[in-house]
Amino acid sequence: MSKRGIVFSIVGLAVAWQIVAMLVNRDILPAPWDVFVVFVDELDNGLVTHFFYSLWRVTAGMALSVLAAAPAGLLIGGSKRLDRIFSPIIYVLYPIPKVVFVPVVLLFLGIGDVAKITLIFLILFFQIVVLVRDQAAGLPPQLIQSLQSLGAGRRALFRFVYLPASLPAILTALRQSIGTAVAVLYITELFATKYGLGYYIYYNGSTLFNYPAMYAGVIAMSLLGLGMYYAVDWAERRLCKWKFVS
Amino acid sequence: MINLHSLSFGYPHTAPIFQNFNWKVERGETWAILGSSGCGKTTLLYLLAGLRFPTAGVIEIDGEPLKRPRPRTGLILQDYGLLPWATVRENAGLGLQVRDFYGEDGKHTPKNFQPEKDPEYWITKLGLGEVAEKFPAHISGGQRQRTAIARTLALSPDLLLMDEPFSSLDAITREDLQHLTLSLCKEQALTLVIVTHAIEEAIALGSKILLLDSSPRIFENPKGRAGETGHRNSREYRELCDLLWKEMRNEK
Repeated sequence: MSKRGIVFSIVGLAVAWQIVAMLVNRDILPAPWDVFVVFVDELDNGLVTHFFYSLWRVTAGMALSVLAAAPAGLLIGGSKRLDRIFSPIIYVLYPIPKVVFVPVVLLFLGIGDVAKITLIFLILFFQIVVLVRDQAAGLPPQLIQSLQSLGAGRRALFRFVYLPASLPAILTALRQSIGTAVAVLYITELFATKYGLGYYIYYNGSTLFNYPAMYAGVIAMSLLGLGMYYAVDWAERRLCKWKFVS
Repeated sequence: MINLHSLSFGYPHTAPIFQNFNWKVERGETWAILGSSGCGKTTLLYLLAGLRFPTAGVIEIDGEPLKRPRPRTGLILQDYGLLPWATVRENAGLGLQVRDFYGEDGKHTPKNFQPEKDPEYWITKLGLGEVAEKFPAHISGGQRQRTAIARTLALSPDLLLMDEPFSSLDAITREDLQHLTLSLCKEQALTLVIVTHAIEEAIALGSKILLLDSSPRIFENPKGRAGETGHRNSREYRELCDLLWKEMRNEK
Protein backbone atom coordinates (compact mmCIF):
# COMPACT_ATOMS: atom_id res chain seq x y z
CA MET A 1 0.00 0.00 0.00
CA SER A 2 1.45 3.40 -0.99
CA LYS A 3 1.90 6.09 1.66
CA ARG A 4 0.18 8.56 -0.65
CA GLY A 5 -2.89 6.30 -0.88
CA ILE A 6 -3.08 6.04 2.89
CA VAL A 7 -2.76 9.82 3.40
CA PHE A 8 -5.53 10.40 0.83
CA SER A 9 -7.75 7.82 2.57
CA ILE A 10 -7.23 9.48 5.97
CA VAL A 11 -7.99 12.92 4.53
CA GLY A 12 -11.08 11.51 2.75
CA LEU A 13 -12.30 9.91 5.97
CA ALA A 14 -11.78 13.16 7.91
CA VAL A 15 -13.72 15.12 5.28
CA ALA A 16 -16.61 12.59 5.36
CA TRP A 17 -16.57 12.70 9.19
CA GLN A 18 -16.65 16.53 9.12
CA ILE A 19 -19.65 16.54 6.75
CA VAL A 20 -21.59 13.99 8.84
CA ALA A 21 -20.71 15.90 12.07
CA MET A 22 -22.05 19.12 10.53
CA LEU A 23 -25.22 17.38 9.39
CA VAL A 24 -25.83 15.65 12.74
CA ASN A 25 -24.77 18.74 14.72
CA ARG A 26 -24.90 17.02 18.16
CA ASP A 27 -22.42 16.55 21.02
CA ILE A 28 -22.27 12.83 20.43
CA LEU A 29 -20.41 13.38 17.14
CA PRO A 30 -17.80 16.14 17.53
CA ALA A 31 -15.88 17.41 14.49
CA PRO A 32 -12.59 15.68 13.66
CA TRP A 33 -10.46 18.76 14.43
CA ASP A 34 -11.99 19.03 17.94
CA VAL A 35 -11.25 15.36 18.52
CA PHE A 36 -7.70 15.78 17.22
CA VAL A 37 -7.05 18.64 19.67
CA VAL A 38 -8.38 16.55 22.57
CA PHE A 39 -6.37 13.55 21.33
CA VAL A 40 -3.13 15.55 21.54
CA ASP A 41 -4.09 16.88 25.01
CA GLU A 42 -5.01 13.41 26.24
CA LEU A 43 -1.62 12.02 25.24
CA ASP A 44 -0.22 13.77 28.30
CA ASN A 45 -3.25 12.85 30.29
CA GLY A 46 -3.02 9.04 30.45
CA LEU A 47 -4.02 8.03 26.90
CA VAL A 48 -0.48 6.82 26.19
CA THR A 49 -0.59 4.57 29.28
CA HIS A 50 -3.93 3.12 28.20
CA PHE A 51 -2.51 2.58 24.70
CA PHE A 52 0.48 0.65 26.02
CA TYR A 53 -1.71 -1.53 28.26
CA SER A 54 -3.78 -2.49 25.22
CA LEU A 55 -0.70 -2.95 23.05
CA TRP A 56 0.84 -5.29 25.62
CA ARG A 57 -2.30 -7.44 25.89
CA VAL A 58 -2.90 -7.79 22.17
CA THR A 59 0.80 -8.35 21.39
CA ALA A 60 1.13 -10.97 24.12
CA GLY A 61 -2.02 -12.74 22.84
CA MET A 62 -0.71 -12.70 19.27
CA ALA A 63 2.79 -13.84 20.23
CA LEU A 64 1.46 -16.71 22.32
CA SER A 65 -0.93 -17.81 19.60
CA VAL A 66 1.84 -17.84 16.97
CA LEU A 67 4.18 -19.73 19.32
CA ALA A 68 1.54 -22.37 20.01
CA ALA A 69 -0.42 -22.53 16.76
CA ALA A 70 2.41 -22.46 14.22
CA PRO A 71 4.16 -25.62 15.51
CA ALA A 72 0.76 -27.31 16.03
CA GLY A 73 -0.32 -26.48 12.47
CA LEU A 74 3.03 -27.67 11.11
CA LEU A 75 2.83 -30.97 12.98
CA ILE A 76 -0.77 -31.64 11.97
CA GLY A 77 -0.19 -30.59 8.34
CA GLY A 78 3.05 -32.57 8.10
CA SER A 79 1.65 -35.84 9.48
CA LYS A 80 -1.34 -37.65 8.04
CA ARG A 81 -1.82 -39.54 11.31
CA LEU A 82 -1.99 -36.38 13.44
CA ASP A 83 -4.22 -34.78 10.82
CA ARG A 84 -6.69 -37.67 11.13
CA ILE A 85 -6.80 -37.21 14.91
CA PHE A 86 -6.87 -33.42 15.24
CA SER A 87 -8.61 -32.13 12.13
CA PRO A 88 -12.10 -33.26 13.24
CA ILE A 89 -11.53 -31.55 16.61
CA ILE A 90 -10.46 -28.32 14.89
CA TYR A 91 -13.42 -28.64 12.53
CA VAL A 92 -15.80 -28.66 15.48
CA LEU A 93 -14.05 -25.93 17.51
CA TYR A 94 -13.07 -23.52 14.73
CA PRO A 95 -16.51 -22.06 13.91
CA ILE A 96 -17.46 -21.44 17.56
CA PRO A 97 -17.36 -17.65 18.13
CA LYS A 98 -14.76 -17.45 20.88
CA VAL A 99 -16.13 -14.12 22.16
CA VAL A 100 -18.92 -16.06 23.87
CA PHE A 101 -16.27 -17.47 26.17
CA VAL A 102 -15.58 -14.05 27.73
CA PRO A 103 -17.61 -14.80 30.91
CA VAL A 104 -16.29 -18.37 31.11
CA VAL A 105 -12.65 -17.28 30.79
CA LEU A 106 -13.18 -14.48 33.32
CA LEU A 107 -14.72 -16.98 35.76
CA PHE A 108 -11.84 -19.42 35.36
CA LEU A 109 -8.88 -17.06 35.02
CA GLY A 110 -9.99 -14.08 37.07
CA ILE A 111 -10.03 -10.45 36.10
CA GLY A 112 -6.35 -9.80 35.40
CA ASP A 113 -4.40 -9.66 32.17
CA VAL A 114 -4.20 -13.46 31.91
CA ALA A 115 -7.91 -13.71 31.08
CA LYS A 116 -7.72 -10.93 28.48
CA ILE A 117 -4.64 -12.37 26.79
CA THR A 118 -6.16 -15.87 26.86
CA LEU A 119 -9.23 -14.69 24.95
CA ILE A 120 -7.14 -13.08 22.21
CA PHE A 121 -5.00 -16.21 22.14
CA LEU A 122 -8.08 -18.45 21.73
CA ILE A 123 -9.32 -16.52 18.73
CA LEU A 124 -6.00 -16.27 16.92
CA PHE A 125 -4.88 -19.80 17.73
CA PHE A 126 -7.54 -21.46 15.59
CA GLN A 127 -7.13 -19.07 12.66
CA ILE A 128 -3.36 -19.66 12.55
CA VAL A 129 -3.51 -23.40 13.16
CA VAL A 130 -5.95 -23.89 10.27
CA LEU A 131 -4.00 -21.76 7.78
CA VAL A 132 -0.62 -23.24 8.71
CA ARG A 133 -2.00 -26.80 8.62
CA ASP A 134 -3.46 -26.26 5.15
CA GLN A 135 -0.23 -24.69 3.92
CA ALA A 136 1.91 -27.54 5.28
CA ALA A 137 -0.43 -30.24 3.95
CA GLY A 138 -0.60 -28.57 0.53
CA LEU A 139 3.14 -28.55 -0.12
CA PRO A 140 4.02 -30.31 -3.39
CA PRO A 141 5.17 -33.88 -2.64
CA GLN A 142 8.02 -33.41 -5.13
CA LEU A 143 9.43 -30.67 -2.94
CA ILE A 144 9.45 -32.98 0.07
CA GLN A 145 10.86 -35.89 -1.91
CA SER A 146 13.69 -33.88 -3.43
CA LEU A 147 14.67 -32.71 0.07
CA GLN A 148 14.49 -36.30 1.35
CA SER A 149 16.77 -37.36 -1.47
CA LEU A 150 19.27 -34.75 -0.19
CA GLY A 151 19.27 -36.59 3.12
CA ALA A 152 16.59 -34.58 4.95
CA GLY A 153 14.73 -36.49 7.65
CA ARG A 154 11.72 -35.21 9.54
CA ARG A 155 13.64 -32.59 11.56
CA ALA A 156 15.39 -31.11 8.53
CA LEU A 157 12.11 -31.08 6.60
CA PHE A 158 10.56 -28.97 9.34
CA ARG A 159 13.54 -26.65 9.45
CA PHE A 160 14.09 -26.22 5.71
CA VAL A 161 10.63 -26.76 4.20
CA TYR A 162 7.63 -26.71 6.52
CA LEU A 163 8.70 -23.75 8.65
CA PRO A 164 9.65 -21.30 5.86
CA ALA A 165 6.68 -22.48 3.77
CA SER A 166 4.29 -21.70 6.60
CA LEU A 167 5.60 -18.18 7.31
CA PRO A 168 3.31 -16.48 4.75
CA ALA A 169 0.36 -18.45 6.18
CA ILE A 170 1.19 -17.30 9.72
CA LEU A 171 1.44 -13.68 8.59
CA THR A 172 -1.77 -13.92 6.55
CA ALA A 173 -3.57 -15.37 9.57
CA LEU A 174 -2.24 -12.56 11.74
CA ARG A 175 -3.28 -9.90 9.24
CA GLN A 176 -6.76 -11.40 8.96
CA SER A 177 -7.07 -11.63 12.73
CA ILE A 178 -5.88 -8.18 13.78
CA GLY A 179 -9.34 -6.64 13.41
CA THR A 180 -10.94 -9.42 15.46
CA ALA A 181 -8.15 -9.34 18.05
CA VAL A 182 -8.55 -5.58 18.62
CA ALA A 183 -12.36 -5.98 18.81
CA VAL A 184 -12.00 -8.72 21.42
CA LEU A 185 -9.45 -6.58 23.25
CA TYR A 186 -12.07 -3.82 23.51
CA ILE A 187 -14.63 -6.25 24.96
CA THR A 188 -12.20 -7.71 27.48
CA GLU A 189 -11.16 -4.25 28.64
CA LEU A 190 -14.72 -3.40 29.54
CA PHE A 191 -14.45 -5.81 32.47
CA ALA A 192 -12.67 -5.23 35.74
CA THR A 193 -9.80 -3.02 34.70
CA LYS A 194 -8.83 0.63 34.95
CA TYR A 195 -6.32 0.52 32.13
CA GLY A 196 -6.56 -0.07 28.41
CA LEU A 197 -8.18 1.70 25.49
CA GLY A 198 -11.42 -0.30 25.86
CA TYR A 199 -11.82 0.97 29.41
CA TYR A 200 -10.79 4.51 28.36
CA ILE A 201 -13.37 4.69 25.53
CA TYR A 202 -16.19 3.23 27.64
CA TYR A 203 -15.41 5.33 30.73
CA ASN A 204 -15.26 8.61 28.78
CA GLY A 205 -18.37 7.83 26.71
CA SER A 206 -20.68 6.28 29.29
CA THR A 207 -19.58 7.72 32.63
CA LEU A 208 -17.98 11.12 31.93
CA PHE A 209 -19.93 11.86 28.73
CA ASN A 210 -16.68 13.35 27.39
CA TYR A 211 -17.38 12.55 23.75
CA PRO A 212 -14.26 14.16 22.21
CA ALA A 213 -12.10 12.07 24.60
CA MET A 214 -14.13 8.97 23.74
CA TYR A 215 -13.39 9.54 20.04
CA ALA A 216 -9.74 10.20 20.88
CA GLY A 217 -9.75 6.69 22.39
CA VAL A 218 -11.37 5.31 19.23
CA ILE A 219 -8.63 6.93 17.16
CA ALA A 220 -5.96 5.49 19.47
CA MET A 221 -7.50 2.03 19.07
CA SER A 222 -7.62 2.45 15.30
CA LEU A 223 -3.96 3.48 15.33
CA LEU A 224 -3.20 0.38 17.37
CA GLY A 225 -4.84 -1.83 14.72
CA LEU A 226 -3.22 0.08 11.86
CA GLY A 227 0.20 -0.08 13.52
CA MET A 228 -0.10 -3.83 13.94
CA TYR A 229 -1.18 -4.18 10.34
CA TYR A 230 1.95 -2.27 9.32
CA ALA A 231 4.10 -4.39 11.60
CA VAL A 232 2.82 -7.59 9.94
CA ASP A 233 3.43 -6.09 6.48
CA TRP A 234 6.93 -5.10 7.53
CA ALA A 235 7.61 -8.60 8.88
CA GLU A 236 6.33 -10.14 5.65
CA ARG A 237 8.59 -7.94 3.53
CA ARG A 238 11.57 -8.95 5.63
CA LEU A 239 10.80 -12.65 6.06
CA CYS A 240 9.17 -13.46 2.70
CA LYS A 241 11.36 -11.49 0.31
CA TRP A 242 10.70 -13.85 -2.58
CA LYS A 243 7.05 -12.75 -2.66
CA PHE A 244 7.95 -9.12 -3.35
CA VAL A 245 10.58 -9.47 -6.08
CA SER A 246 9.19 -8.50 -9.46
CA MET B 1 26.42 -50.56 -9.06
CA ILE B 2 22.67 -51.28 -8.97
CA ASN B 3 21.26 -54.77 -8.52
CA LEU B 4 17.56 -55.53 -8.33
CA HIS B 5 16.81 -59.07 -7.15
CA SER B 6 13.28 -60.46 -7.61
CA LEU B 7 11.78 -57.05 -6.93
CA SER B 8 8.03 -56.73 -6.42
CA PHE B 9 6.14 -53.55 -5.76
CA GLY B 10 2.57 -52.31 -5.93
CA TYR B 11 0.51 -49.53 -4.41
CA PRO B 12 -2.29 -50.59 -2.05
CA HIS B 13 -5.53 -51.67 -3.73
CA THR B 14 -4.00 -51.67 -7.23
CA ALA B 15 -2.43 -54.32 -9.45
CA PRO B 16 1.30 -54.85 -8.75
CA ILE B 17 3.61 -52.72 -10.89
CA PHE B 18 6.65 -54.97 -10.57
CA GLN B 19 6.68 -58.70 -9.99
CA ASN B 20 9.88 -60.68 -9.66
CA PHE B 21 11.78 -57.98 -11.57
CA ASN B 22 15.54 -58.29 -11.99
CA TRP B 23 17.85 -55.60 -13.34
CA LYS B 24 21.52 -54.76 -13.19
CA VAL B 25 23.32 -51.49 -13.85
CA GLU B 26 27.11 -51.30 -14.03
CA ARG B 27 29.08 -48.35 -12.68
CA GLY B 28 29.47 -45.50 -15.18
CA GLU B 29 26.63 -46.66 -17.45
CA THR B 30 23.95 -44.29 -18.66
CA TRP B 31 20.49 -45.84 -18.65
CA ALA B 32 17.25 -44.45 -19.96
CA ILE B 33 14.01 -45.94 -18.62
CA LEU B 34 11.34 -45.59 -21.24
CA GLY B 35 7.65 -46.33 -21.06
CA SER B 36 4.19 -44.91 -21.42
CA SER B 37 2.40 -43.11 -18.58
CA GLY B 38 1.58 -45.32 -15.60
CA CYS B 39 4.04 -48.11 -16.52
CA GLY B 40 5.95 -47.61 -13.25
CA LYS B 41 9.09 -45.85 -14.51
CA THR B 42 8.87 -43.05 -11.92
CA THR B 43 8.08 -45.62 -9.24
CA LEU B 44 11.24 -47.52 -10.20
CA LEU B 45 13.27 -44.31 -9.84
CA TYR B 46 11.75 -43.62 -6.41
CA LEU B 47 12.60 -47.19 -5.38
CA LEU B 48 16.21 -46.59 -6.47
CA ALA B 49 16.21 -43.29 -4.56
CA GLY B 50 15.14 -45.05 -1.35
CA LEU B 51 11.90 -43.07 -1.20
CA ARG B 52 9.76 -46.20 -1.74
CA PHE B 53 10.44 -49.74 -0.62
CA PRO B 54 9.80 -53.03 -2.42
CA THR B 55 7.07 -55.32 -1.13
CA ALA B 56 9.41 -58.23 -1.93
CA GLY B 57 12.94 -58.62 -3.23
CA VAL B 58 16.04 -56.54 -2.64
CA ILE B 59 17.59 -53.42 -4.12
CA GLU B 60 21.35 -53.33 -3.75
CA ILE B 61 23.44 -50.30 -4.57
CA ASP B 62 27.19 -50.69 -4.32
CA GLY B 63 26.60 -54.08 -2.70
CA GLU B 64 24.55 -52.58 0.16
CA PRO B 65 20.83 -53.28 0.51
CA LEU B 66 18.95 -49.97 0.14
CA LYS B 67 17.04 -49.08 3.31
CA ARG B 68 16.85 -45.27 3.08
CA PRO B 69 17.91 -42.48 0.69
CA ARG B 70 21.57 -43.06 -0.01
CA PRO B 71 23.89 -40.04 0.53
CA ARG B 72 25.74 -40.55 -2.74
CA THR B 73 22.60 -40.83 -4.86
CA GLY B 74 21.32 -37.60 -6.41
CA LEU B 75 17.69 -37.25 -7.50
CA ILE B 76 16.50 -34.61 -9.94
CA LEU B 77 12.79 -34.23 -10.60
CA GLN B 78 10.73 -32.84 -13.45
CA ASP B 79 9.58 -29.80 -11.49
CA TYR B 80 13.10 -29.23 -10.09
CA GLY B 81 12.08 -29.46 -6.39
CA LEU B 82 13.62 -26.06 -5.62
CA LEU B 83 12.64 -24.07 -2.55
CA PRO B 84 10.68 -21.05 -3.85
CA TRP B 85 11.79 -18.90 -0.90
CA ALA B 86 15.51 -19.54 -1.42
CA THR B 87 17.77 -17.93 -4.02
CA VAL B 88 19.61 -19.95 -6.66
CA ARG B 89 22.75 -19.78 -4.49
CA GLU B 90 20.86 -20.94 -1.37
CA ASN B 91 19.15 -23.73 -3.31
CA ALA B 92 22.47 -24.90 -4.74
CA GLY B 93 23.90 -25.12 -1.22
CA LEU B 94 20.81 -26.71 0.32
CA GLY B 95 22.09 -30.28 0.35
CA LEU B 96 25.22 -29.17 2.21
CA GLN B 97 23.09 -27.15 4.65
CA VAL B 98 21.03 -30.27 5.37
CA ARG B 99 24.24 -32.20 6.03
CA ASP B 100 25.54 -29.43 8.31
CA PHE B 101 22.22 -29.49 10.14
CA TYR B 102 22.68 -33.15 11.11
CA GLY B 103 26.45 -33.15 11.38
CA GLU B 104 28.42 -36.27 10.53
CA ASP B 105 25.95 -38.70 12.09
CA GLY B 106 26.64 -41.51 9.61
CA LYS B 107 22.94 -41.72 8.86
CA HIS B 108 21.93 -38.48 7.12
CA THR B 109 25.49 -37.39 6.48
CA PRO B 110 28.29 -39.86 5.76
CA LYS B 111 31.13 -39.99 8.27
CA ASN B 112 34.13 -37.85 7.21
CA PHE B 113 32.05 -36.25 4.45
CA GLN B 114 33.98 -33.57 2.61
CA PRO B 115 32.36 -32.11 -0.51
CA GLU B 116 34.79 -32.37 -3.41
CA LYS B 117 33.74 -28.97 -4.75
CA ASP B 118 32.05 -25.91 -3.33
CA PRO B 119 28.46 -25.12 -4.51
CA GLU B 120 29.97 -21.88 -5.91
CA TYR B 121 32.05 -24.00 -8.30
CA TRP B 122 28.89 -25.61 -9.67
CA ILE B 123 27.03 -22.29 -9.86
CA THR B 124 29.81 -20.93 -12.06
CA LYS B 125 30.27 -24.13 -14.07
CA LEU B 126 26.57 -24.37 -14.84
CA GLY B 127 26.39 -20.71 -15.89
CA LEU B 128 24.25 -19.57 -12.97
CA GLY B 129 26.55 -16.79 -11.70
CA GLU B 130 24.35 -13.99 -13.01
CA VAL B 131 21.15 -15.34 -11.51
CA ALA B 132 22.66 -16.60 -8.24
CA GLU B 133 20.76 -14.05 -6.13
CA LYS B 134 17.44 -14.57 -7.92
CA PHE B 135 14.54 -16.70 -6.71
CA PRO B 136 13.39 -19.74 -8.74
CA ALA B 137 10.19 -17.99 -9.87
CA HIS B 138 12.28 -15.33 -11.59
CA ILE B 139 14.55 -17.51 -13.70
CA SER B 140 13.89 -19.68 -16.77
CA GLY B 141 12.99 -23.38 -16.67
CA GLY B 142 16.45 -24.27 -18.00
CA GLN B 143 18.12 -22.24 -15.24
CA ARG B 144 15.93 -23.91 -12.62
CA GLN B 145 16.97 -27.32 -13.86
CA ARG B 146 20.63 -26.22 -13.85
CA THR B 147 20.16 -25.11 -10.23
CA ALA B 148 18.72 -28.52 -9.35
CA ILE B 149 21.72 -30.16 -11.04
CA ALA B 150 24.16 -27.85 -9.17
CA ARG B 151 22.47 -28.70 -5.86
CA THR B 152 22.81 -32.42 -6.55
CA LEU B 153 26.41 -32.29 -7.81
CA ALA B 154 27.49 -30.24 -4.77
CA LEU B 155 26.97 -33.42 -2.72
CA SER B 156 29.49 -35.34 -4.88
CA PRO B 157 27.12 -38.14 -5.95
CA ASP B 158 28.19 -41.27 -7.82
CA LEU B 159 24.68 -42.11 -9.01
CA LEU B 160 22.35 -39.61 -10.67
CA LEU B 161 18.64 -40.36 -10.95
CA MET B 162 16.55 -38.05 -13.14
CA ASP B 163 12.77 -38.12 -13.53
CA GLU B 164 11.74 -36.55 -16.85
CA PRO B 165 14.00 -33.61 -16.04
CA PHE B 166 13.74 -31.82 -19.37
CA SER B 167 10.16 -32.52 -20.42
CA SER B 168 8.86 -29.02 -19.69
CA LEU B 169 11.71 -27.24 -21.48
CA ASP B 170 11.89 -25.93 -25.04
CA ALA B 171 13.72 -28.05 -27.64
CA ILE B 172 16.96 -26.01 -27.69
CA THR B 173 17.29 -25.80 -23.89
CA ARG B 174 16.41 -29.49 -23.64
CA GLU B 175 19.19 -30.49 -26.03
CA ASP B 176 21.69 -28.19 -24.29
CA LEU B 177 20.90 -29.78 -20.95
CA GLN B 178 21.01 -33.29 -22.38
CA HIS B 179 24.53 -32.63 -23.60
CA LEU B 180 25.48 -30.99 -20.32
CA THR B 181 24.16 -33.99 -18.37
CA LEU B 182 26.13 -36.45 -20.46
CA SER B 183 29.35 -34.42 -20.27
CA LEU B 184 28.98 -34.06 -16.48
CA CYS B 185 28.37 -37.81 -16.13
CA LYS B 186 31.55 -38.49 -18.09
CA GLU B 187 33.60 -35.88 -16.24
CA GLN B 188 32.42 -36.88 -12.75
CA ALA B 189 32.27 -40.63 -13.52
CA LEU B 190 28.58 -40.75 -12.65
CA THR B 191 26.17 -43.58 -13.25
CA LEU B 192 23.01 -42.13 -14.79
CA VAL B 193 19.47 -43.48 -14.72
CA ILE B 194 17.02 -41.17 -16.45
CA VAL B 195 13.28 -41.70 -16.79
CA THR B 196 11.57 -40.38 -19.88
CA HIS B 197 8.51 -40.97 -22.00
CA ALA B 198 10.22 -39.55 -25.10
CA ILE B 199 11.89 -42.12 -27.35
CA GLU B 200 14.27 -39.51 -28.82
CA GLU B 201 15.44 -38.46 -25.36
CA ALA B 202 15.95 -42.08 -24.28
CA ILE B 203 18.18 -42.68 -27.29
CA ALA B 204 20.01 -39.37 -26.87
CA LEU B 205 20.91 -40.08 -23.24
CA GLY B 206 20.91 -43.82 -22.63
CA SER B 207 23.72 -46.11 -23.69
CA LYS B 208 21.19 -48.72 -22.63
CA ILE B 209 17.42 -48.40 -22.66
CA LEU B 210 15.03 -50.25 -20.39
CA LEU B 211 11.59 -50.36 -21.94
CA LEU B 212 9.08 -50.84 -19.16
CA ASP B 213 5.83 -52.50 -20.09
CA SER B 214 4.17 -55.85 -19.40
CA SER B 215 7.48 -57.60 -20.07
CA PRO B 216 10.41 -55.22 -19.52
CA ARG B 217 13.11 -55.39 -22.22
CA ILE B 218 16.57 -53.94 -22.60
CA PHE B 219 17.84 -52.29 -25.81
CA GLU B 220 21.47 -51.51 -26.48
CA ASN B 221 22.15 -48.12 -28.00
CA PRO B 222 24.86 -48.39 -30.72
CA LYS B 223 28.08 -48.12 -28.79
CA GLY B 224 29.56 -44.72 -28.24
CA ARG B 225 26.97 -42.81 -30.23
CA ALA B 226 24.60 -41.57 -27.57
CA GLY B 227 24.83 -37.82 -27.07
CA GLU B 228 27.43 -37.35 -29.79
CA THR B 229 27.05 -34.55 -32.32
CA GLY B 230 25.29 -35.77 -35.44
CA HIS B 231 23.98 -38.82 -33.64
CA ARG B 232 20.42 -37.84 -34.43
CA ASN B 233 21.11 -38.00 -38.17
CA SER B 234 22.65 -41.46 -38.04
CA ARG B 235 21.00 -44.57 -39.43
CA GLU B 236 21.37 -46.37 -36.09
CA TYR B 237 19.47 -43.60 -34.33
CA ARG B 238 16.57 -43.79 -36.79
CA GLU B 239 16.47 -47.58 -36.66
CA LEU B 240 16.39 -47.61 -32.88
CA CYS B 241 13.68 -44.92 -32.88
CA ASP B 242 11.56 -47.03 -35.26
CA LEU B 243 12.12 -50.18 -33.22
CA LEU B 244 11.17 -48.56 -29.90
CA TRP B 245 8.22 -46.81 -31.50
CA LYS B 246 6.89 -50.16 -32.79
CA GLU B 247 7.49 -51.90 -29.46
CA MET B 248 5.62 -49.20 -27.56
CA ARG B 249 2.80 -49.11 -30.09
CA ASN B 250 2.41 -52.92 -29.96
CA GLU B 251 1.99 -52.69 -26.20
CA LYS B 252 -0.94 -50.33 -26.60
